[in-house]
Amino acid sequence: MSEQFRSTSITVTNPQGLHLRPAHAFAGAAAKYKCSVELVKDDIRADGKSVLSLLTLGASQGVEITLEVNGEDADAALETLAALITSGFPTTVEPIE
Amino acid sequence: MKFADFVTTKAIKSELESSDKEGVIRELVLSLVSSGQLAADEQESIVEAILKREELGSTGIGRGIAVPHTKHASVSKPVGTVGVSSQGVDFQSLDGDPVQLFFMLISPPDQPNEHLRALENISKQLQDETFCRFMKQSKTSAEIQQILEEADDDQFVQQA
Repeated sequence: MSEQFRSTSITVTNPQGLHLRPAHAFAGAAAKYKCSVELVKDDIRADGKSVLSLLTLGASQGVEITLEVNGEDADAALETLAALITSGFPTTVEPIE
Repeated sequence: MKFADFVTTKAIKSELESSDKEGVIRELVLSLVSSGQLAADEQESIVEAILKREELGSTGIGRGIAVPHTKHASVSKPVGTVGVSSQGVDFQSLDGDPVQLFFMLISPPDQPNEHLRALENISKQLQDETFCRFMKQSKTSAEIQQILEEADDDQFVQQA
Protein backbone atom coordinates (compact mmCIF):
# COMPACT_ATOMS: atom_id res chain seq x y z
CA MET A 1 0.00 0.00 0.00
CA SER A 2 1.46 3.33 -0.99
CA GLU A 3 1.87 5.79 1.84
CA GLN A 4 0.45 9.20 1.16
CA PHE A 5 0.47 11.65 4.03
CA ARG A 6 -1.71 14.74 3.79
CA SER A 7 -2.76 17.23 6.42
CA THR A 8 -4.72 20.44 6.69
CA SER A 9 -5.82 22.83 9.42
CA ILE A 10 -9.53 23.38 9.87
CA THR A 11 -11.58 25.59 12.15
CA VAL A 12 -14.63 24.03 13.78
CA THR A 13 -17.56 26.12 12.57
CA ASN A 14 -20.74 24.64 14.00
CA PRO A 15 -21.93 26.40 17.17
CA GLN A 16 -22.30 23.20 19.19
CA GLY A 17 -18.75 22.04 18.42
CA LEU A 18 -17.75 18.45 17.76
CA HIS A 19 -20.43 16.85 19.93
CA LEU A 20 -21.75 13.32 19.62
CA ARG A 21 -23.68 13.54 16.35
CA PRO A 22 -20.96 15.34 14.37
CA ALA A 23 -18.42 12.91 15.84
CA HIS A 24 -20.61 10.04 14.70
CA ALA A 25 -21.04 11.57 11.24
CA PHE A 26 -17.29 12.15 10.95
CA ALA A 27 -16.31 8.66 12.14
CA GLY A 28 -18.82 7.12 9.73
CA ALA A 29 -17.44 9.11 6.79
CA ALA A 30 -13.83 8.41 7.82
CA ALA A 31 -14.49 4.67 8.06
CA LYS A 32 -15.18 4.57 4.33
CA TYR A 33 -11.52 5.28 3.58
CA LYS A 34 -8.62 2.88 3.80
CA CYS A 35 -6.18 5.54 4.96
CA SER A 36 -5.64 6.34 8.62
CA VAL A 37 -7.55 9.43 9.76
CA GLU A 38 -6.54 11.47 12.77
CA LEU A 39 -7.67 14.77 14.20
CA VAL A 40 -5.23 16.70 16.34
CA LYS A 41 -6.08 19.50 18.76
CA ASP A 42 -3.12 20.93 20.66
CA ASP A 43 -1.40 17.85 22.05
CA ILE A 44 -4.47 15.61 21.85
CA ARG A 45 -4.58 13.13 18.99
CA ALA A 46 -7.85 11.36 18.14
CA ASP A 47 -8.60 8.41 15.89
CA GLY A 48 -10.95 9.87 13.28
CA LYS A 49 -12.72 6.53 12.88
CA SER A 50 -13.67 6.27 16.58
CA VAL A 51 -16.56 8.28 18.02
CA LEU A 52 -15.24 7.87 21.55
CA SER A 53 -11.79 9.03 20.55
CA LEU A 54 -13.14 12.07 18.65
CA LEU A 55 -15.15 13.17 21.69
CA THR A 56 -11.97 13.36 23.76
CA LEU A 57 -10.95 16.40 21.69
CA GLY A 58 -13.77 18.48 23.18
CA ALA A 59 -13.45 20.65 20.08
CA SER A 60 -15.75 23.65 20.41
CA GLN A 61 -16.69 26.30 17.84
CA GLY A 62 -13.76 28.38 16.67
CA VAL A 63 -11.14 25.82 17.69
CA GLU A 64 -8.51 24.97 15.10
CA ILE A 65 -7.83 21.30 14.55
CA THR A 66 -5.50 19.48 12.19
CA LEU A 67 -6.76 16.70 9.98
CA GLU A 68 -4.08 14.12 9.16
CA VAL A 69 -4.65 11.30 6.70
CA ASN A 70 -2.17 8.67 5.64
CA GLY A 71 -2.70 5.94 3.06
CA GLU A 72 -3.55 5.22 -0.54
CA ASP A 73 -6.82 7.21 -0.67
CA ALA A 74 -5.54 10.12 1.43
CA ASP A 75 -6.34 12.80 -1.15
CA ALA A 76 -10.02 11.89 -1.42
CA ALA A 77 -10.35 11.47 2.34
CA LEU A 78 -8.77 14.84 3.05
CA GLU A 79 -11.11 16.62 0.67
CA THR A 80 -14.31 14.95 1.89
CA LEU A 81 -13.56 15.00 5.61
CA ALA A 82 -12.26 18.58 5.69
CA ALA A 83 -15.41 19.69 3.85
CA LEU A 84 -17.55 17.92 6.44
CA ILE A 85 -16.00 19.95 9.25
CA THR A 86 -15.91 23.29 7.42
CA SER A 87 -19.54 22.89 6.34
CA GLY A 88 -20.52 22.62 10.02
CA PHE A 89 -22.07 19.15 9.75
CA PRO A 90 -25.32 20.34 8.13
CA THR A 91 -27.13 17.04 8.81
CA THR A 92 -26.62 17.37 12.55
CA VAL A 93 -27.91 20.90 13.09
CA GLU A 94 -30.02 21.20 16.22
CA PRO A 95 -33.74 21.06 15.55
CA ILE A 96 -35.52 24.26 16.56
CA GLU A 97 -37.88 23.57 19.44
CA MET B 1 -14.59 19.22 33.79
CA LYS B 2 -14.63 16.31 36.22
CA PHE B 3 -17.32 13.75 37.06
CA ALA B 4 -17.83 15.51 40.40
CA ASP B 5 -18.90 18.62 38.45
CA PHE B 6 -21.97 16.98 36.91
CA VAL B 7 -22.59 13.51 38.34
CA THR B 8 -25.21 13.45 41.08
CA THR B 9 -23.92 10.66 43.30
CA LYS B 10 -27.25 10.28 45.12
CA ALA B 11 -28.89 9.42 41.79
CA ILE B 12 -26.44 6.67 40.77
CA LYS B 13 -28.16 3.37 39.96
CA SER B 14 -25.78 0.46 40.47
CA GLU B 15 -28.33 -2.07 39.25
CA LEU B 16 -30.87 -0.74 36.78
CA GLU B 17 -34.18 -2.56 36.95
CA SER B 18 -35.31 -1.65 33.44
CA SER B 19 -34.59 -3.95 30.54
CA ASP B 20 -35.39 -1.63 27.62
CA LYS B 21 -34.19 1.72 26.32
CA GLU B 22 -37.13 3.88 27.37
CA GLY B 23 -37.25 2.19 30.77
CA VAL B 24 -33.60 2.95 31.49
CA ILE B 25 -34.05 6.59 30.46
CA ARG B 26 -37.14 6.95 32.66
CA GLU B 27 -35.41 5.25 35.58
CA LEU B 28 -32.37 7.54 35.46
CA VAL B 29 -34.45 10.73 35.02
CA LEU B 30 -36.68 9.68 37.94
CA SER B 31 -33.59 9.07 40.04
CA LEU B 32 -32.37 12.60 39.28
CA VAL B 33 -35.80 13.99 40.16
CA SER B 34 -35.87 12.02 43.43
CA SER B 35 -32.45 13.36 44.36
CA GLY B 36 -33.68 16.93 43.82
CA GLN B 37 -31.53 17.71 40.75
CA LEU B 38 -34.43 17.91 38.30
CA ALA B 39 -37.85 19.49 38.82
CA ALA B 40 -40.60 16.88 39.20
CA ASP B 41 -42.94 18.80 36.90
CA GLU B 42 -40.29 18.70 34.15
CA GLN B 43 -39.77 14.95 34.41
CA GLU B 44 -41.93 13.97 31.43
CA SER B 45 -40.63 16.79 29.28
CA ILE B 46 -37.03 15.73 29.96
CA VAL B 47 -37.76 12.05 29.24
CA GLU B 48 -39.45 13.05 25.97
CA ALA B 49 -36.50 15.25 24.98
CA ILE B 50 -33.98 12.45 25.63
CA LEU B 51 -36.10 9.95 23.66
CA LYS B 52 -36.39 12.45 20.82
CA ARG B 53 -32.61 12.84 20.80
CA GLU B 54 -32.26 9.05 20.58
CA GLU B 55 -34.46 9.09 17.47
CA LEU B 56 -31.82 11.21 15.73
CA GLY B 57 -29.31 8.43 16.31
CA SER B 58 -28.55 6.20 19.26
CA THR B 59 -26.22 7.57 21.91
CA GLY B 60 -25.03 3.99 22.38
CA ILE B 61 -21.48 4.63 21.21
CA GLY B 62 -20.25 1.05 21.35
CA ARG B 63 -18.32 -1.11 23.82
CA GLY B 64 -21.38 -1.41 26.05
CA ILE B 65 -21.56 2.32 26.71
CA ALA B 66 -24.33 4.88 26.13
CA VAL B 67 -24.56 8.59 26.90
CA PRO B 68 -28.28 9.45 26.68
CA HIS B 69 -28.53 13.23 26.83
CA THR B 70 -30.47 16.34 25.98
CA LYS B 71 -30.46 20.05 26.37
CA HIS B 72 -33.20 21.31 28.61
CA ALA B 73 -34.05 24.81 29.75
CA SER B 74 -35.00 23.66 33.27
CA VAL B 75 -31.35 23.16 34.27
CA SER B 76 -28.81 25.92 34.82
CA LYS B 77 -25.73 23.66 34.78
CA PRO B 78 -24.98 20.17 33.40
CA VAL B 79 -26.79 17.57 35.50
CA GLY B 80 -25.97 13.91 35.15
CA THR B 81 -25.77 10.51 36.70
CA VAL B 82 -24.62 6.97 36.07
CA GLY B 83 -26.49 3.69 35.70
CA VAL B 84 -25.21 0.14 35.39
CA SER B 85 -27.10 -2.84 34.03
CA SER B 86 -25.33 -6.13 34.66
CA GLN B 87 -27.43 -7.96 32.07
CA GLY B 88 -27.18 -5.19 29.44
CA VAL B 89 -29.94 -3.38 27.55
CA ASP B 90 -30.60 -3.18 23.80
CA PHE B 91 -29.94 0.49 23.00
CA GLN B 92 -29.61 0.20 19.20
CA SER B 93 -25.91 0.95 19.69
CA LEU B 94 -23.54 1.70 16.84
CA ASP B 95 -21.91 -1.72 17.25
CA GLY B 96 -25.17 -3.52 18.09
CA ASP B 97 -23.92 -4.70 21.49
CA PRO B 98 -26.14 -4.40 24.58
CA VAL B 99 -25.31 -1.48 26.86
CA GLN B 100 -24.26 -1.98 30.46
CA LEU B 101 -22.93 1.45 31.31
CA PHE B 102 -25.04 4.61 31.05
CA PHE B 103 -23.94 8.19 31.54
CA MET B 104 -26.97 10.47 31.44
CA LEU B 105 -26.44 14.17 30.88
CA ILE B 106 -28.90 17.08 30.82
CA SER B 107 -27.34 20.41 29.83
CA PRO B 108 -28.59 24.00 29.62
CA PRO B 109 -29.35 24.92 25.96
CA ASP B 110 -27.16 28.02 26.07
CA GLN B 111 -23.97 26.28 27.23
CA PRO B 112 -22.79 24.03 24.37
CA ASN B 113 -19.20 24.20 25.59
CA GLU B 114 -20.11 22.86 29.02
CA HIS B 115 -21.85 19.93 27.33
CA LEU B 116 -18.71 19.32 25.24
CA ARG B 117 -16.48 19.45 28.33
CA ALA B 118 -18.64 16.85 30.07
CA LEU B 119 -18.63 14.59 26.98
CA GLU B 120 -14.88 15.09 26.69
CA ASN B 121 -14.35 13.90 30.26
CA ILE B 122 -16.69 10.92 29.93
CA SER B 123 -15.10 9.77 26.67
CA LYS B 124 -11.56 10.25 27.97
CA GLN B 125 -12.22 7.96 30.93
CA LEU B 126 -14.21 5.47 28.89
CA GLN B 127 -11.26 4.94 26.59
CA ASP B 128 -9.53 3.29 29.51
CA GLU B 129 -10.45 -0.39 29.65
CA THR B 130 -9.74 -0.72 33.35
CA PHE B 131 -12.14 2.12 34.14
CA CYS B 132 -14.86 0.51 31.99
CA ARG B 133 -14.34 -2.92 33.52
CA PHE B 134 -14.43 -1.59 37.10
CA MET B 135 -17.57 0.39 36.33
CA LYS B 136 -19.38 -2.57 34.76
CA GLN B 137 -18.37 -4.87 37.63
CA SER B 138 -19.40 -2.47 40.37
CA LYS B 139 -22.17 -3.71 42.64
CA THR B 140 -23.03 -0.69 44.74
CA SER B 141 -23.49 3.02 44.31
CA ALA B 142 -20.61 3.58 46.76
CA GLU B 143 -18.28 1.53 44.55
CA ILE B 144 -19.25 3.57 41.48
CA GLN B 145 -18.77 6.78 43.43
CA GLN B 146 -15.28 5.65 44.44
CA ILE B 147 -14.32 4.73 40.84
CA LEU B 148 -15.54 8.15 39.63
CA GLU B 149 -13.49 9.87 42.34
CA GLU B 150 -10.42 7.88 41.33
CA ALA B 151 -11.04 8.83 37.69
CA ASP B 152 -11.29 12.48 38.73
CA ASP B 153 -7.87 12.05 40.35
CA ASP B 154 -6.54 10.81 36.98
CA GLN B 155 -5.85 7.34 38.32
CA PHE B 156 -6.99 5.60 35.12
CA VAL B 157 -6.14 7.69 32.11
CA GLN B 158 -2.47 7.94 31.22
CA GLN B 159 -1.40 11.55 31.23
CA ALA B 160 -0.09 12.92 27.95
